[in-house]
Amino acid sequence: MTRPRPEVLQKLTPVLTKRWLSPDAWQIGVYERLDGYQAVRKALDVHPDDLIQLIKDSGLRGRGGAGFPTGLKWGFIPQGDGKPHYLVINADEGEPGTCKDLPLMTYDPHSLVEGAIIASYAIRASRAFIYIRGEAVHAARRLRNAVKEAYAAGYLGENILGSGFDLDLVVHSGAGAYICGEETALLDSLEGFRGQPRLRPPFPAIAGLYASPTVVNNVGTIASVPYIVLGGADWWKSMGTEKSAGPMIYSLSGRVVNPGQYECGLGITLRELIELAGGMQPGHNLKFWTPGGSSTPLLTAEHIDTAMDFEGVAAAGSILGTTAMQIFSDQDCPVYNTWRWLEFYHHESCGKCTPCREGNYWMVRTYRRILAGQGTYADLDTLQDTADNIFGRSFCGLGDGAATPVISTLKWFRDDYLGYIEGRTAPRLSEKSLVGAH
Amino acid sequence: MTDVAKRTDTVTLTIDGVEVTAEKGELLIRVAERMGTAIPRFCDHPLLAPAGACRQCLVEVEGQRKPVASCTQTVAEGMVVKTQLSSPVAAKAQAGVMELLLINHPLDCPTCDKGGECPLQNQAMSTGRADSRFHEHKREYEKPIHISSQVLLDRERCVLCQRCTRFSEEIAGDKFIDLMDRSSGEQINVYRDDFFGGAGTGDGQVGEGEGDVAFNSYFSGNTIQICPVGALTGEQYRFRARPFDLVSSPTACEHCAAGCSMRADHRRGKVLRRLAGDDPAVNEEWNCDKGRWGFRYTTATDRLTTPLVRDSGTGQLREASWSEALLAAAEGLRAARERGVGVLTGGRLTVEDAYAYAKFARVVLGTNDIDFRARPVRASGSPAEVAEEAEFLAAAVAGISEVTYAEVEDAPSALIVGLEPEEECPILFLRLRKAHNRKKLKVTAVAPYLSRGFEKLGATLVPAVPGDEARLLGTDPAVAAALSTPGSLLLVGERLATVPGGLSAAAALAARTGARLAWVPRRAGDRGALDAGCLPNLLPGGRPVGDPAARAELSISWSVDAGVLPSKLGRDVDAIIAAAADGTLGGLLVGAVDPGDLADPVLAEQALDAVPFLVSLELRKSAVTERADVVLPIAPAVEKSGTYMDWEGRLRSFGTVLRGSTAMTDGRVLEAIAALLEVTLNTGDVQAVRRELGAMPASTARSESPSVAAGARTEPGEREAVLATWHQLIDLGTLLDGDAVLAGTARPPVVRLGKELAEQLRVADGDLITVRSDRGSVTLPAAITDLPRQVVWLPTNSPGSTVRRSLGVTAGAVVRLSAGLPGPILAEGVDR
Repeated sequence: MTRPRPEVLQKLTPVLTKRWLSPDAWQIGVYERLDGYQAVRKALDVHPDDLIQLIKDSGLRGRGGAGFPTGLKWGFIPQGDGKPHYLVINADEGEPGTCKDLPLMTYDPHSLVEGAIIASYAIRASRAFIYIRGEAVHAARRLRNAVKEAYAAGYLGENILGSGFDLDLVVHSGAGAYICGEETALLDSLEGFRGQPRLRPPFPAIAGLYASPTVVNNVGTIASVPYIVLGGADWWKSMGTEKSAGPMIYSLSGRVVNPGQYECGLGITLRELIELAGGMQPGHNLKFWTPGGSSTPLLTAEHIDTAMDFEGVAAAGSILGTTAMQIFSDQDCPVYNTWRWLEFYHHESCGKCTPCREGNYWMVRTYRRILAGQGTYADLDTLQDTADNIFGRSFCGLGDGAATPVISTLKWFRDDYLGYIEGRTAPRLSEKSLVGAH
Repeated sequence: MTDVAKRTDTVTLTIDGVEVTAEKGELLIRVAERMGTAIPRFCDHPLLAPAGACRQCLVEVEGQRKPVASCTQTVAEGMVVKTQLSSPVAAKAQAGVMELLLINHPLDCPTCDKGGECPLQNQAMSTGRADSRFHEHKREYEKPIHISSQVLLDRERCVLCQRCTRFSEEIAGDKFIDLMDRSSGEQINVYRDDFFGGAGTGDGQVGEGEGDVAFNSYFSGNTIQICPVGALTGEQYRFRARPFDLVSSPTACEHCAAGCSMRADHRRGKVLRRLAGDDPAVNEEWNCDKGRWGFRYTTATDRLTTPLVRDSGTGQLREASWSEALLAAAEGLRAARERGVGVLTGGRLTVEDAYAYAKFARVVLGTNDIDFRARPVRASGSPAEVAEEAEFLAAAVAGISEVTYAEVEDAPSALIVGLEPEEECPILFLRLRKAHNRKKLKVTAVAPYLSRGFEKLGATLVPAVPGDEARLLGTDPAVAAALSTPGSLLLVGERLATVPGGLSAAAALAARTGARLAWVPRRAGDRGALDAGCLPNLLPGGRPVGDPAARAELSISWSVDAGVLPSKLGRDVDAIIAAAADGTLGGLLVGAVDPGDLADPVLAEQALDAVPFLVSLELRKSAVTERADVVLPIAPAVEKSGTYMDWEGRLRSFGTVLRGSTAMTDGRVLEAIAALLEVTLNTGDVQAVRRELGAMPASTARSESPSVAAGARTEPGEREAVLATWHQLIDLGTLLDGDAVLAGTARPPVVRLGKELAEQLRVADGDLITVRSDRGSVTLPAAITDLPRQVVWLPTNSPGSTVRRSLGVTAGAVVRLSAGLPGPILAEGVDR
């Protein structure tokens, strides 16, 4: 392991992660001693519209992957329409490689609760929901405890801190479906229906939860709000780049020495992040990596100096996504990895639309055949064509995400595929599983 | 002015280089279709909300990064669209989706019922690949599974377009089927215990697990019709025929007064299946399962094909030639008409046949003793009370066509009384539901409880003890409030006739509030028979019997001498039965009436036994034919042409479906009898009848609505209750009997009673309860329902609950209740 150089170490900007290493920061007493619930006091004193303006000024962009300007989203909520408004926090973190929301809710749940109060106040919602992934039992337990503590301390419930503002916050555990991370499927699931994406328009800002105006934000987005309220828009913009302001939690996994979460200003490069993570594991050389989870087009070693902000990654032909960076080396097989990802997407496809439901099922089978050494040259064209038929043709982004690793690996690593087809690479899967395939 | 207003509602866009104007909000796929460009599609259906699920209809829209589903994309000003005809991207996207759909499809078209009329098959020809690029096994499922006794599902054929689930949820409100599981394992299914890990048979069949819920929707057949592949099939038709061997004929449904347009598919003189016809003004594209599947009665083994006469020697019915039978009928009627002949016609006649009976009664038999109402009518009380319904029909219904389906859809509010629309007029129910869901129609029901149908209409209940409806219509503030908005509707079912003062109160309520009134009978022929003059007080065209001018008008039309037409008010159905039973009448002419439908079937059968001469015009052997002196077989709807008049007063003409049949219409048989009695009836030819009816001047005479006061409330005693009852859609009706598959989707017969009464009787849900009258008893499982205190509900004519035959009473009567099976008579009254 190599120690990061001081100038790289200085790039760490612990904001959302600042309490993670403080013992018992998940308890309300500790949280309050570490600046907790200061922002909410400040926020409840100002007009909600000013809060929306503040978030707009800060340049905060959604941390769930799409990077939509948060203040703008809040501003879409029609005010004075006589309908109830809802804040729904998407904590259904399930993208392969992504691991930023669950540690946040485990180690610093109150920051999310505080953010939820401020955001609800800003959009005039008196009921907010946190939709947390069903498998994340420990994080949900911490979060429920935090909500309970917040109620007891008067931060939630009626007439919060004497401001006249009421808020009920509900923590809802999903049933472990990846599709429920898609915001409209999440809303359906929250309403008690089968989680499948809805037709848009109408968008959630007009007709979301229970057909009422709804803001759906990622955990990281809402947890950023208290810091912006306390530190101000200018301080927030002092981190990151002009168009991608603020700090971001980068989750590094794979062939690095110290996998984990590294919070830095947006715009840092993979080279620096690998250095922060103690370098590549001995004997491993970077071959390919995901900038923001498996749904984002893969990048290769040549992209190691790409600025990891929304614009920089887009310029490199990918998407910043959830900044879940899975690092693969020359000892990893892109074909095998793509198959693994596809198995995931096939398993998680909701089944609503044809391309995603059928395409993934059949691509998985083609991959199994290739990995068992029974692939043909024609299979590569079939894969390419099928992926093209899924990408941009599906009902929601899940299909796009599934086709992405196929398209990427065929683009960058066609020779690895040919290795299996031409018999240069030993089969990775047993032929037994394929009896009767032809 | 209107032109300007119109223009703001339209947009101009370009599709495949052609400029086209479309209505704002219109979907791309429809606009393209209007231009003649068929974009392939599966999930899209014009009457269902857009889903965008199958992705087959992708097109390219300039400025959009990805291809767009044309079934969800609304048009916009200046939009530039390229379909598969001009865009390689769209063509490739469509071909790609089609490939994905076909990879897993079994391609068993040669054995599939849908083969030959299958959208998947057709679109595979236009958009699909010739061979597959994938080699692995297709997904397999247990096949087929019964999701109800009627509907079968072959899951491997399904393309998961969700038309069926969307229909069931959006249109019928019966969410019995839904998507289960996800990804490639996603499938349509009903709720089954074993699917969710509970006990069940494990063989994929429904109905064995304790919690299994079958697809028992009255509208389930529509899902088969709109399924774009062969995944859903009907038990009746499965493997029976190939679409290309069938001849399709448009027709009209003969069951209820909804007036559905239908398509009958037949082969070699036999109807194989029936489908909902496409009639936007009436049934849109839907029908009910009774209409779709209830056609097997025409091929039942007890169908009459030869005339029968009673042998004077043996006293038994024997086959006879037409000439012998007609002569016997004519001679018998000639003798009987001295003392008088009553005519009972039932509610299944076409307008033309009903007119023949009406004319026959007046001209040949010289009587007004004719009644189409084969059901309980108000039978006791003062003469004014007895005549209440007939007078109401004469004043407020005959010849009037004010309320239509379109008006139901646009009405702000509807008050429903004496009618359970889902059970008694299912397509009216669907339109009410559409209006409620899409246009916020407020439904108020004056009924004993909120039935499932009323719940699906989001109805507000004005709880009514049977018999008390008249008082509620007159005085209840909720009733008046429901009709306070202009344009409100008052929908009155035929059952209100048995409530003293009910129809008077309804007419007065409509007059008071300005609401438009519609009378909704239960059978297809009821409204037509009324307008054709099959009532003791009405001549054809709504002419009052007692009006000399009306009689004179008719005499001219019929070319009979003045004075031939009887001026005396006739007897109604109950009076005819009574007169036949006590020997007053010399004969009865009965056309397709089941005595079990009459108020007192036992008395009716006594009357049939007692009457000296009985002529029966019938389709199948029945309680009437076995007592008749002459039985004359007539043609079922499918073997004749004619016209039904639906509840709106709309004419539903249909041609002969099975042309090879030699069976005769009622009108032709009556004409032949009349000829033997030296009268030219001129009702043998449907076209001639239509001409005669068409040439008849419109009647201007209109009688006053009755004004019968509301009756006193019935006060049942201890362990007694007031009976509420109506027909279930699928029950023991003569046009349905013998069809076990259709009967399998009937709602299970239960006794409904309130919580308080159940506690008094110490019964829980599902426990047996015996309902008793002086005549007999009915025992059924209890269903505790939110009913008024001391009201009990029974299905009128369902298995185990033939209310009229077993109890001899109808709604409003007081019945006695006890828990458990009926014990020995001595045990009655003893606390058990």
